[in-house]
Order: sequence, then C-alpha cells, then structure tokens
Amino acid sequence: MGGYVLGRAGQALIVMLVMSALVFVGVFAIGNPVDVLISPDATQEIRRQVIAQYGLDRPLWEQYLAFLGRLAQGDFGRSLVYNMPVGDLILSRLPATLELTLAAVIGATAAGVPLGMYAGYKPDSPVSKLIMAASILGFSVPTFWVGLVLILAFAVDLGWFPAGGRGETARFLGAEWSFLTLDGLKHLALPALNLSLFKFAMMVRLARSGVRELMLSDTVRYARAQGLSEGQVLRHHVLKLIAIPIVTVFGLEFGSTLAFAIVTETIFSWPGLGKLIIESIASLDRPVMVAYLMLVAMLFILINFSVDLAYAALDPRLRRRAR
Amino acid sequence: MRSGEALRRFWREFARNRVAVAALVVVAAIILLAAFAPLVTPQNPYDMASLSLRDARRPPGYVGTGGYMHWLGTDAQGRDLFSAILYGLRISLEMGLVAGAVALAIGASLGASAAFVGGRVESFLMRLVDLQLSFPAILLAFVLAALLGQGKTQLVLALVAAQYAYFARTAHGAASAERSKDYVEAALSTPLSPMRVVFRHILPNCLPPLLVVATVQVASAISLEATLSFLGVGLPPSEPSLGMLIANGFQYMMSGRTWISMYPGVALITLIIAINLIGDQIRDQLNPRLRR
Repeated sequence: MGGYVLGRAGQALIVMLVMSALVFVGVFAIGNPVDVLISPDATQEIRRQVIAQYGLDRPLWEQYLAFLGRLAQGDFGRSLVYNMPVGDLILSRLPATLELTLAAVIGATAAGVPLGMYAGYKPDSPVSKLIMAASILGFSVPTFWVGLVLILAFAVDLGWFPAGGRGETARFLGAEWSFLTLDGLKHLALPALNLSLFKFAMMVRLARSGVRELMLSDTVRYARAQGLSEGQVLRHHVLKLIAIPIVTVFGLEFGSTLAFAIVTETIFSWPGLGKLIIESIASLDRPVMVAYLMLVAMLFILINFSVDLAYAALDPRLRRRAR
Repeated sequence: MRSGEALRRFWREFARNRVAVAALVVVAAIILLAAFAPLVTPQNPYDMASLSLRDARRPPGYVGTGGYMHWLGTDAQGRDLFSAILYGLRISLEMGLVAGAVALAIGASLGASAAFVGGRVESFLMRLVDLQLSFPAILLAFVLAALLGQGKTQLVLALVAAQYAYFARTAHGAASAERSKDYVEAALSTPLSPMRVVFRHILPNCLPPLLVVATVQVASAISLEATLSFLGVGLPPSEPSLGMLIANGFQYMMSGRTWISMYPGVALITLIIAINLIGDQIRDQLNPRLRR
C-alpha cells in the first residue's frame, strides 16, 4: 500500500510539473503584457526599467525557473491589473464561487435524487417521462442559453429576482457570503439554478438507473418478503445502495462545476473566480491566469489522486498490480 | 450485399421510433437550409451595402426598407435575423462537423493502435486519456481557445484537443475486444503490415460504438463552440456563428428586445437536441443488453 501511494503521489507530482510548464509557456505565448503595463507615451528609459523590474527581458527558461522558485514559497506574483498579490486576489474571490458551486451541487442532488428514484420506480408513468424529458433538456441545452432564459423570465419579465451581482453580503469566518442575507439569497437563486441544471440531469439519470437495477435484485425481494412497505424499501434499502455512486459523482462533479461556473458567473456578473479568469484573459493579466490554471490543475490532480487511493483501499488487486 | 441488408434492417428498426425520425428530418432540414442559405435568405446579412440602420432592432414581422418582411426581426445593425441565423448555422455546423471528424480520426487511430500494441505503451497512453477525461472538456477547450487566440483553425484545435479522448477511450475498448478474435490472428499470420491490420481490419469493426460517440460529440462540439464564442474566446467577429449572434443580442435583452438573442438560441438548441435524440436511438439499437 505504501509503495502504491508513493507511486501515485510521484505521478501526480510529475503531472503537476508538466502542467506548470505547459501553462507557463502557453500563457507566455499570448499577447505582450508590456503593452498593458506601460502607457504608449512612456519614454524608452521607463519602458526598459519596467521590463527589467518584471524580469521580462530574461530568457523564457530563466523566467520559468524563477516562477517555480516563487511558487514553491507560495508566491503567485502580483496581478498587473489589480496591483495586489494574486494569492490574496484569488482568496477574495473564492467564497463567491464556493457558495455558488455548493448551492448548485447540493440543490441538484436534493432535487435530482428523489425525482430520479421515482422515475426508476415507475418508469412508465407520465410523470417519469416528464422527468426524463427534463433531464434530456438539462443535458442538451447549453448552460449560457439557460442563463439567458432565466434572466429573461425571472428577472426581466416577472421581476422576482435580480439579474446579476451578489447583493448584500454578511461576514462569516473572515469572508463575505451572500447566502447569509435575504438579499444575497435572492441574488444567489438564479445563478445557482442555472449552474445546477446539468448536475440535476445527471443525478436524475444516475438515481433512475440505480433504482431500476436494484428493484429486480434479491435485496428488494427479501425486504418485501419481510413485510416492509414500498416506501420503507425505497428509503432504507434502495437509497442506501444507490448512495455510493451518487456520493462519488457528487465529489467528482464538484470540480467540473467550477468549470461551468465560468459561464454562469459571466452571465450573472457573479464576482467569483470564473469572472476573474475571463477578465484576466481579456486584460492579459498573466500572473492571475497562471495562478488560476495552476490551482484548477492542482484541484483536479488532487481529486484524481484521492479517487485512486479510495479505489486502492477498496480493491486489493489494484495495489498488487501497481508494483 | 450483406452490409446492405444489415443497413436496411438497421433503418427499419430506427424508423419505428417516431421521435428519432422526426429528429432526423429536423437535422436534415437544418443542414439543407444552412447549405443553401444564399438561395433561401432574403439578404446576405454580411453584405454591408444591403443593411440599413433604419431597420435596426425591429421586432419580428416588421417590413423593412428592403420591402420584405423580417419575420424573425432584425439585429442592432439592421440585419435580417432569419438570414443571420442561417449563415450562423453554416459556421456552427462546419465547426462541429470538422472538429468531430478530426477528433474521430485522431482518437480512433490512437485508441485502436494502443490496444493493438499493448504493454507499457498502451497503459501509458490510456492513463493519459483517462487523466484528460477527468478534466471537464469545457474547461480544456476554454483554456486552449484563450491561449491560441481567435480563429477557425485555433477553435477546431481546441475542440479536437477537448474531444479526441472520448473517441480514444471508445476505440480502445472496442479494439481490445477485437484484438483477441481469430480473424485478427489470421490477418497477422499473413504478410500484411500491422498498420494495415489495425486500419483495415480492426478499426472497421469498431465503427458502431464510434458512430454513437461521434453523434454526441458533434452536438457537444457545436454547443462548446457556441459557449466559447459567447464568452468571447471562440471565433472572431468576422465569423458570426450562432453563439456570437446570441452574445450580440444579450445587451439588448434587458430592454425587452429579446428576439435578437432568443431566435438564434432556439435554432441552436433545436439542432443540438435533435442530434442528441438521433444519438440516443442509435445507442439503444447498438446496445446488446437492450436486445432480446
């Protein structure tokens, strides 16, 4: 087991290093930050000074090594646009994205699992067909389009919810959160709904196929033979068994929801990480781009690593083969 | 002869699902309309001389200075939306089909070759593919599109990089099963080159599952392209795909001029849903577990 963990950790480190080189070279290839940093009417002398100050005159590999060195000390550099440390900038935007993502994933699970279970329990009822049609829509319709329709319907036409922003926030654990105030909750509702639709469709399908398979199994047959009511069978036996894949997907999807948050945050002007990365690409803010991409890469490598470890803990064959 | 018979049987089974047939008709109609757009549309929406700002942002049903009815309204430049949508569909379809075809070619060759070669090369390549599949495609395409800059070629590259892995995984699975069959052994015992065996003998037998992945991936490429163009990292303004039309209309939505964004969006999702419905039907028909 120890060898396996070490091997996988080594692999994760190598992937991380390769990613950092790719990200660095990739970001380096777009645009020239000098044009952003220095006003066009600056003198040649000031130009040279600024370029030297940011180390932009040195060869690429030297800049990369310097970047790795700073990274090892937890220093992501300074944002060229906000003129503050990138680490602080990202930390200040993180709560917004975190609460949006969590609200979306939890909402999707809370609504999708019961509906999916119903659709699996009574596959031929008209309600089930409706639920499945909704899930096909959730899979097919692009997120940004759903966002537009939501704004149009609930913000412009009905006026129930605001069309963008975070609203009033309250301080908790040293960060600002929208979900703690009524106004903030109103602002959170539409973007969270928008972000949750794709996950909702997935949860419905997952729960439905799980229930369909389990209803034919011996577990359910014996539970029924015990005299349990159908509701008890579903709650105590079926739900417990389908919970395992659902929890796994819940964890995995949390990462990919971050990716979709880019779209949702742009449409609803939600000031989170997704909006930050879009802005930094538009304004060629290299340090922010590099830091965001590295963080996302690290997140996914960590998720993969933990999934590998969990599977190894559950399946002894994997441990032996890895050596 | 025998493949003709199999195709006919496939079609008879397909025709029994009326929703799938309707979806097929819709997709065919959209492709035809887009292909013959210059003949069908009342104006060339990108010929500046035919646009008049007096027609700008008119609601559906307005009869403009051109003397014909804009039955889907006009956009901020006075462009007939129906014409703009058909021209936009051309670009969206082109991107989806080209990206899907290139991803299929690269992914299928990679997956089938890996299954054929086996050993360390196979496990290394497939581990790479798995790692990439754990990354959301939209994020990968977004980052690449942002790094490569705007343009048709760049966008196709980003889409292919995000999608080839799905084909590779599918081709690998199918080819691994084929690899151990007798006809492969027989082909290998003749002096045919291994390349020929992989591409002429193994790959054709992996086509059915790849076909299912291809339909789904073309739909998702079209959706991805629209999303990227909407976010401003996809195609340049000189290539107005559906995503760009929707983005351009977004700013007028708050003031109640909803048609500028809505109709291109309706065209987009109709196309995507129709392709997905066809894909679902083909998948069900090819799924051995549902056959009995």
